[in-house]
Amino acid sequence: MRRYSRGEQHRVEVVLDGRSREGRCESRMLLSDFLRHVLGATGVHVGCEHGVCGACTVIVDGVAQRSCLALAVAADGRDVRTVHGLARDDVLSDLQQAFRRHHALQCGFCTPGILMSATDFLARNPAPTEQAVREMLSGHLCRCTGYTGIVAAILDVAALRRERGGTQAA
Amino acid sequence: MKDDAQARPASQGTWVGRPLERFEDEALLAGRGCYADDAPVRPGTLAAAVLRSPYAHAQISRIDAARALAMPGVRAVVTGADVEAWTSPFIVSVKQPMRHWCLAVDRVRYAGEPVAVVVAEDRYLAEDALEAIEVDYDELPPVIDPVAAAQPDASILHADVGSNVVSDRSYRYGDPDAAFAEAAHRVRIDVRYPRNSGTPIECGVVVAEHLPGGAGYDVLSNFMGPMSLAAVMSLALRIPAARLRLRAPRHAGGSFGVKQALFPMIVAMCVASRKAGAPVKWVEDRLEHLVGATSATGRVTTLEAAVGDDGRITALAWDQLDDCGAYLRAPEPATFYRMHGCLTGAYAIARLRVRNRVVLTNKTPAGLVRGFGGPQVYFALERLVQRIAVELGLDPLDVFRRNFVPSGAFPYRAPAGALLDSGDYAAVLERALASAGVDDLRARRSAARSAGRLYGIGFAAIVEPSISNMGYITAVLTPEARAKAGPKNGAIAAATVAVDLLGGVTVGVDSLPQGQGHATTIAQVVADALGLAPQDITVDVEFDSRKDGWSVAAGNYSSRFAGATAGAAHLAALRVRERLARIAAGALGCAPADVVFERGKLFARSNPGGALSFARAAGNAHWAPALLPEGEMPGLRETVFWTPDVLAAPDGHDRVNTSATYGFAFDVCALEIDRATGSVHIDRYATTHDAGRILNPALADGQVRGGFAQGLGAALMEEFVYAPDGSFRSGSFADYLVPTAMEVPEPAIAHLETPSPFTPLGAKGIGEANNMSTPVCIANAIADALGAGVDPAAIELPMTPSKILALVAATERMVSR
Ligand code: FES
Ligand code: FES
Repeated sequence: MRRYSRGEQHRVEVVLDGRSREGRCESRMLLSDFLRHVLGATGVHVGCEHGVCGACTVIVDGVAQRSCLALAVAADGRDVRTVHGLARDDVLSDLQQAFRRHHALQCGFCTPGILMSATDFLARNPAPTEQAVREMLSGHLCRCTGYTGIVAAILDVAALRRERGGTQAA
Repeated sequence: MKDDAQARPASQGTWVGRPLERFEDEALLAGRGCYADDAPVRPGTLAAAVLRSPYAHAQISRIDAARALAMPGVRAVVTGADVEAWTSPFIVSVKQPMRHWCLAVDRVRYAGEPVAVVVAEDRYLAEDALEAIEVDYDELPPVIDPVAAAQPDASILHADVGSNVVSDRSYRYGDPDAAFAEAAHRVRIDVRYPRNSGTPIECGVVVAEHLPGGAGYDVLSNFMGPMSLAAVMSLALRIPAARLRLRAPRHAGGSFGVKQALFPMIVAMCVASRKAGAPVKWVEDRLEHLVGATSATGRVTTLEAAVGDDGRITALAWDQLDDCGAYLRAPEPATFYRMHGCLTGAYAIARLRVRNRVVLTNKTPAGLVRGFGGPQVYFALERLVQRIAVELGLDPLDVFRRNFVPSGAFPYRAPAGALLDSGDYAAVLERALASAGVDDLRARRSAARSAGRLYGIGFAAIVEPSISNMGYITAVLTPEARAKAGPKNGAIAAATVAVDLLGGVTVGVDSLPQGQGHATTIAQVVADALGLAPQDITVDVEFDSRKDGWSVAAGNYSSRFAGATAGAAHLAALRVRERLARIAAGALGCAPADVVFERGKLFARSNPGGALSFARAAGNAHWAPALLPEGEMPGLRETVFWTPDVLAAPDGHDRVNTSATYGFAFDVCALEIDRATGSVHIDRYATTHDAGRILNPALADGQVRGGFAQGLGAALMEEFVYAPDGSFRSGSFADYLVPTAMEVPEPAIAHLETPSPFTPLGAKGIGEANNMSTPVCIANAIADALGAGVDPAAIELPMTPSKILALVAATERMVSR
C-alpha cells in the first residue's frame, strides 16, 4: 500500500471524461476539490462536503460516488466521469435534453450530481418504476424544483431508450 | 406536439404566456455554469477561513493569533480589533444603541458568531490555522427562549440597550375593542413558528479586494440584494457607496432569501483583504451556512378573533413576539412589517389591533427566508380560521366564503393599508375545490375514519404580497420619529435594453436571479415588444453596481421579478421601439405610430410588403447618425427606472401599503397519519393560484413546486434546534433534514389569472405563496386528522413523527377514558 506524508505533493493521474489528465495535490485533498480546482472540472459542485447533498457525485470506474467523501490520491489511475463528459460534440445527451424539456432544474447547482447518479442508475435499471427513481434520487438534495421534473425526465428517458432499443444508453 | 411552445407564435400571439424552455439550461446541464466559486479570480488571491464561537454567550477576554500567524502559508489573521479600527457597526432600523460588527468585538452572542478570519495561501492551510488561534471565553448565561428573553429578569444581550426587547409597537385600526365587546364569540389561538431556512445547495461565496489609493473595494459574490444593503455595507466600511463595487456572477445556486445575509461577511472579507494586502476569497461551508448564515424569524403569536354566529370575523387582535436572534440585522424587523398592511389576509375585516415586539436571543441573527413574514402570519391566521370552524361547528369552507374580500371589491383597501390590487378569491376557492376533488376527499375521510384511521383535510387561503415597499420598515417607527427621519417609499426596478451595431438586442436587469430563469422570461417580454423572437435577445443577468442601472430595491426578493423587473424591461423595450419607429418612419413613408414591428421586420401598417429588417432600421442609429430625424439621439440604449405608483410611505395613522401587488392562493391537503409511526402520508395536495398574468407557465409552475417542497419541509421536518445552553444542534444535512424525492408528492396546480392593474405587464409574484400556505395547510390537515380533541397549541411546526405520536397517544387516552 502506498504511503503518503503530510505536506508533500503527489502526482495524481486520472482518465477524466475520456482524456488522460494529471495534477498534483496533497494527500488530504478531496477528490471534489481536485477535480474542480486542480483539473478545472467546475461542473462538479460542492453543496455540503459531508456526503449528504449529492451535488458532487461523479462516476469512478463505472460507479457513481460522492467526490467530497473521497481523496484525490485514492482516484489515482482511475476512470472518472463527470457532467462535462455527458454531451457529445456539444450536443446534450438524451438525459440532459430530457431535463431541459421537463424543467428539471432551476439553479442547476444540484443538477450535475443528479445527472451522474441518473446515468449510472439508468445503465443498471433500464425500466425503472417511479418509486425506484425516487429512491435513487433520495441520495440528492434539490431545494429548487420539488423533484417533479427530475423524476419525469428520468422516466421519460428510460422510456425513450426502451423505444429505441437501448442504443442510446449513455 | 411538445415543441409547440418553442415555435414562433402566430402574428397575433405573444411569446409571453408560453411555457418556453429555458435558455439558461444548456450551459447548466453541460456543467458549464459560472457560479461564484467558478468565477475567475486574480492570481495571488488568498483563501479565508472563519473562526466561529462555540458558545452562545460569552465575553472574549483574550485572542492570541501568534501561533496561527507562524503557520505555513498564513498571511493574516483578522480579529475584532481590526474591525473596530477600520469599520463601523452596522446601522439598525430601530434607534437602539446596539453594536453589531462583522466580527465579534469583545463579546459573542450566538454559537457560530464569527470571531476571527484567517487568510492563507489556500483553504486547507487557512482551516489548519483556525485551530491555532487561542481565544479565552468567559461564559455568560444564554437566553434561548424568546418569551423568557422578554422577561425583565432575563440575561441581557446588549447592555447599552438595557433590555432584550428592542422594539415594542402597538397599532389600532378601526375600533377593535368595540367589536370584541359586541362579538358573539371570541376565538383565540396560541402558536409558535420555528426557526428554519431555505438552505440553498450552493453556500455563500465572497471574493473581496481592497483597492489602493482610497479606491475602496471590489467584491464578487453571490449576494442577492436587496441593494439597499449596499448603503449598510458602505457605511460600515466608511466609504462612499460608489467605492464599493458589487458584482455578481452569471449563475447562482439558489438563495430563497438567505443570501441577503451574506452582507456582513462581505464587509469582513473587505477588511481581510485590506489587512492581507491581497484579494481574499471565502467559500462558506455547509456547517457555517447552517449555524451562522441566517434563519427565518421565530415567532410566538397570540391571535384572537371577534366572530359572529355565522363565522363572520369582525375584528382581529394580534400579539406577536419575534425572535430575531442576537442582533437586529438589516432589514429586520422586516419579518413583521413586510406583512403589516395585509395582516387581515384574504378577509374583509375592518377592525384590527396589533402589538409587535422584537426580542433578541442568543441565536443566529434572523433575516430573509422565502415567504418572508408570510409563513409566520399565516400559520397563526389560517390555524385560527380552522379553529373558528371547529369551535362554531361550521364548515371551514363557509368560514372562508363568508369572510373573503368580495369579488367585486378590488382594488380593496385593507385596514392596515394594503391595497389589494386584484383578485377573485371566491372563484379561486371553487376552482381549488374542483382541482382537489374535495367531495371525493371527504368521502375518503369518512371511509378512513369509520375504519378507525386518522385521516384529515386542511385548507389555507393566503394573500401573497410581492414587490415590497421600501418604506414599509419605517412603520416600526412612531409617526413622529418617521416624520423626523423623512419619508421612505417605492420599489424602484431598473432594466436596460440596448440595440447594437448589427441590430442585436441586449437586455440588462436588476433582479440578481438565483436560478428562476429570468433570462428566458425577459427574452420573451422584450421579443414581444420589438417583434423579435426570444432567441434573438441576449439577456445579461450578471450584475455590476458600477455599470448597471439599479437602485435601492434591486435584487432577488419579495417576488419582485415578474411584476417589477420584467415590467421595467417591457417599458425599456417600448422606449427602444418608439425610437426605432421614429427613426424608420421616414424610410417607410408613414407616421411613427403606424410602424409595425413583427417577425424581425418593421413595416408601415398600410404596406406590409415594403418592410425593413430590424437590423437595418437599428443600424442607422449607429452607422449613419446624420440620417437620424431631427432631435433623435444617436445610439440605441434605454434604461427605465420604474416604481409602482401605489407605494406611498406609511401615513400618520400607521397605514402602509406594504407591497405593490397581492396574489392569492388556496390550498387543500388531505393526509393520513400512521398511528404506529406518527408519519404523515399526503393523499392529495392541490394548490390553486392567482398571480395575475403568467409570463411563462412552465417556470411559474416550477416556482410553485419548489415552494411547495420547501413548505412541506417546514411543515414536517425543518427546524434549527438549539440546546438549552445555546449550542446549535442542526449543523449538517444529516441533522437539518430537508425533503428528498421520497417525501415530496406531486401537487395538483391550477391557475386563475386576474391581471394586476398596477404593474406594466399585469404580473404578480408567485414564488413565495406555497412557503406561506403549505405549512399551515398541512398543519390544519393534521389537526383535522387528530380530531377536535387535540390541543390546538400542540400543533407546532415542524410536525415530526415524535410530536405526532405524542398527540396520537393523547387523543387515544382521551377516547379510552
Ligand atoms: S458535496 Fe458531496 S455530498 Fe454534498
Ligand atoms: S435546481 Fe437548484 S438545487 Fe436543484
